[in-house]
Amino acid sequence: MKITINGNSQLIQANNLADLLVELKYHGKLATALNENFIPFNERKKTTLRDGDRVEIVAPMEGG
Amino acid sequence: MVTFYGTELESRLMLGTSQYPSPAILERAFKASNASVATVSLRREGREGAGQPFWDIIQQLGVRVLPNTAGCHSVKEAITTAHMAREVFDTTWIKLEVIGNTDTLQPDIFGLVEAAQLLTDEGFNVFPYCTEDLVAADKLLGAGCEVLMPWGAPIGSGMGLNNEYGLRALRSRFPDVPMVIDAGIGLPSHASRAMELGFDAVLLNTAVAKAGDPVKMANAMSQAVTAGLLSSQAEPIEPRDMASPSTPVIGQAFLS
Repeated sequence: MKITINGNSQLIQANNLADLLVELKYHGKLATALNENFIPFNERKKTTLRDGDRVEIVAPMEGG
Repeated sequence: MVTFYGTELESRLMLGTSQYPSPAILERAFKASNASVATVSLRREGREGAGQPFWDIIQQLGVRVLPNTAGCHSVKEAITTAHMAREVFDTTWIKLEVIGNTDTLQPDIFGLVEAAQLLTDEGFNVFPYCTEDLVAADKLLGAGCEVLMPWGAPIGSGMGLNNEYGLRALRSRFPDVPMVIDAGIGLPSHASRAMELGFDAVLLNTAVAKAGDPVKMANAMSQAVTAGLLSSQAEPIEPRDMASPSTPVIGQAFLS
């Protein structure tokens, strides 16, 4: 299916958020949102992805 | 010692982690600043995993982390970012920014109060980036904030304390509320002045990170904050219009 990840459209195989992170080889400290809603770590596996979804994956970064 | 949400901090300086010439200089600047708190953010992660090396550096600093909601222009964005930050950084502390104007980066006070209420209801310890507005401050305290972070001047401007009267009024209206001057500091004298006015701490970033020598500036800021704090505790004299001789007049030889 085709979803948008951090603003970029992409074809993926995974059908849930946890599997998506594995498929794209994300690791380390991360937080996720699906269609502008926060998805906690322990809900990623049961969060099903659908065509056209928008996923945000964020990590610690510099800040003021 | 100063206490924010039950946590005692030795240093009155909080330092941002953005815009340094290199990670090594960030690290050295932090050590020179003796800062007790580092502000951090959350940003989109690429597959190369830039977030982890940064996080490793911050952990090595051994300081308390204060995540921000920088760049959020709506209550929803700020709330979602706060939720993400709590999970990633494992802290209930959040520097709440709800920006209302892209030129001045001044807070949207209405959105800020709304977001602060929602987050304090969920158990967050909110550090609201606000202005010197007394009414907004009162509403933020009513929303459950136990700390206020009024700006000195627009973020990154380096103008110092733009409205000293307003800040003095805020300090005097809420004498027991811990307050941090956040944003606008450009020089050590600005930081010192903030402390002289009785504020509890200073948060700055650009003034150090973008200085020609960030490590030296971090040291200067550290000393300025300490000097300002000592000054405020030492009960300084009131300024006066006329001169008052400091050398005794009595006993002066008659030589004219």
